[in-house]
Amino acid sequence: MTDLLTPQLNIETAVPDWLQARRLTGRAAWDNGSMPTRKTEDWKYTSLYPLQQDFTAAPVSDASAAELGLDLPELSGSRLVFVNGHWREDLSTLVADAAIEVVRFSEANAEQSALIGEHLGTTVPGTKHLFAMLNDAALSDGVFLRVRANSKAQHPVQLVWHNSRAESTFISNQRLLVLAETHSEASLVEHFSGRNNAFTNGVSELVLGPGAKLNHSRLHLESPEALHIGGLHVRLDRDATLESFHLALGGKLKRIDIVINHEGTGAHCQLDGIYLLRGNEHIDYHTCIEHAVPHCTTDETFRGIIGDKARAVFNGRIHIHPDAQKTHAQLSNKNLLTSATAEVNTKPELEIYADDVQCAHGATIAQLDDAMLHYLRTRGIPEDEALVLLSYGFINALVETQALDALRDYLKPLLADYFGATSESASEQGSNLTRHIGA
Amino acid sequence: MLSIKDLHAEVDGKTILKGLSLEINAGEVHAIMGPNGSGKSTLGHVLSGRPGYEITGGSVEFMGKDIFEMETEERAHLGLFLAFQYPVEIPGVSNMEFLKAAVDAVRESRDEEAFDTVSFMRKAREACTAVDLDQAFLKRGVNEGFSGGEKKRNELMQMMLLEPKLCILDETDSGLDIDALQVVAKGVNTMRAEDRAFLLVTHYQRLLDYIEPDYVHVLADGRIVKSGDKSLALELEEKGYGWLEVEVA
Ligand SMILES: Nc1ncnc2c1ncn2[C@@H]1O[C@H](COP(=O)(O)OP(=O)(O)OP(=O)(O)O)[C@@H](O)[C@H]1O
Ligand SMILES: [Mg+2]
Repeated sequence: MTDLLTPQLNIETAVPDWLQARRLTGRAAWDNGSMPTRKTEDWKYTSLYPLQQDFTAAPVSDASAAELGLDLPELSGSRLVFVNGHWREDLSTLVADAAIEVVRFSEANAEQSALIGEHLGTTVPGTKHLFAMLNDAALSDGVFLRVRANSKAQHPVQLVWHNSRAESTFISNQRLLVLAETHSEASLVEHFSGRNNAFTNGVSELVLGPGAKLNHSRLHLESPEALHIGGLHVRLDRDATLESFHLALGGKLKRIDIVINHEGTGAHCQLDGIYLLRGNEHIDYHTCIEHAVPHCTTDETFRGIIGDKARAVFNGRIHIHPDAQKTHAQLSNKNLLTSATAEVNTKPELEIYADDVQCAHGATIAQLDDAMLHYLRTRGIPEDEALVLLSYGFINALVETQALDALRDYLKPLLADYFGATSESASEQGSNLTRHIGA
Repeated sequence: MLSIKDLHAEVDGKTILKGLSLEINAGEVHAIMGPNGSGKSTLGHVLSGRPGYEITGGSVEFMGKDIFEMETEERAHLGLFLAFQYPVEIPGVSNMEFLKAAVDAVRESRDEEAFDTVSFMRKAREACTAVDLDQAFLKRGVNEGFSGGEKKRNELMQMMLLEPKLCILDETDSGLDIDALQVVAKGVNTMRAEDRAFLLVTHYQRLLDYIEPDYVHVLADGRIVKSGDKSLALELEEKGYGWLEVEVA
């Protein structure tokens, strides 16, 4: 295996056994694995070429929130901020909430440490997800969020991974483990941002116990130069409900794998996502929903808008095992190309081995609708503003269904600005183009 | 206000308008009738600047300017309004966003001050009431899932808010029940003004019972083949279009 990515794996010794064990197995898997190429089916449309460079260890930054350009949603609960992968206590806020324990692995007490040891990595079995193995190998600190059984969190928890500007290209390792115990309820926002070309290798694991409910959002608001290979790996026990919302902006190479395992009957998962690309960006979402047991439901919707010379990849797999009778699963992926040179490769993959199931899937790729554009213009709306309204309108519904009000309020202007800034014009012009969104 | 001279236009290589001429002055109401496929909607599309329509001859002046030199939105700013025969559905863009964007753009082009949100909301609600649409329609996507009649009312509402100079209504009366027809008629009649003109495309005399036209034209095979006063509409209702072709031939 190429060792460009593996120069500074940790060797400290004073770590819990479970951590050392994970590192060693991760390291072994990474060393034995081979880097995916375009011939690897799962990587057919995504080249790892941008990773062929020398990476350094993530530098510690003490820049202020303003210097970092941190612009975060105003959520009421605890906020943990990591800059370049390093914990920043000064930027973080902890809000007491009886339903919740949120700690870094390094600060975990004995009970928490035991829980981490018990669950960490269980959502990513085997060695298929090679970058998750690299994440294991490089594991030093991470976040553990526990939602206590039979209790409801008062506030959403916000986890922020921000990369600062730096001289060199560095690797930032991110890890999260969420344990939502029996009949617990909570909301969680994962926020990735940065203004540079760092490489983030992220793994988030969600383990939902029986009847647990989790509202989860994962926002990738990274720079056009960002490199990110990330995975969200989920286990759903009996009657658990996961609502998971994804947004990806920016990225020279961004590949997110979302793997959801329905392991207990009656589990439900709603998975929504938006990807917006321009310039030379490349974003690849691979989703895989494993229905191993009966009576589970999946409702998955991803929408993308791809402009300029950008390329999006969407692969949505739903795998219904022989025992998974009475599964209801639907998958929809719609793409809007706003330039002749933009590209998307979309592939819904339904594999059904049970006979009594209801499944539907569909994928579309379209250009902006001329008739809609003309209609708006006949009412006097200038073409550039009409384009912004239509683009925003294409993804609007997914934002509106977001359960957290504060997050919606944060995302709407952010997305409007994103579309307003597509024209080469100045930002004042941009805000003119977006002023009617949400009127 | 509108002066069309010997207009020829084609779509997808097929010639639809074949020498159409029409003069409309401020304050007038014109009705155009004619068989299906004769080019009535095409005329509206050409005037609005819809892509795909090629002008192959003739000229059109609107408010003293060459209409083909203007972008679609500029025509709207000058006061051209087309109520579509088949209004377009735009999911994801709310009616309210759409109306505010349109009214702001048109007012701005006239150097008029923009309405603040509260007064615009009030105006929009009034317009809803005037066309007998529930206010819930302001929150829905533009025409999204609206019934045929609701779409027509929505067109009318836009016309009222935009206060155009020339209103072209392409079969706004088709598919409407009698109550809705009266809503349309009332809308047009209250907007009738010295400095405003109307071009009503219709198949039915009954609309003209409520909106009295100054002129009635028959469009057949891409040209105006006959013009008259409102009595022509009655005659058409009675005899159909067949006799005209004989007369023209
Ligand atoms: N894209 C196209 N390609 C070829 N022919 C077209 C195209 N669009 C319209 N036409 C034809 O142009 C002709 C005029 O159409 P238009 O819609 O203007 O008729 P109309 O007078 O409005 O009819 P109606 O009373 O049914 O509304 C019709 O024969 C129609 O089929
Ligand atoms: Mg027509």
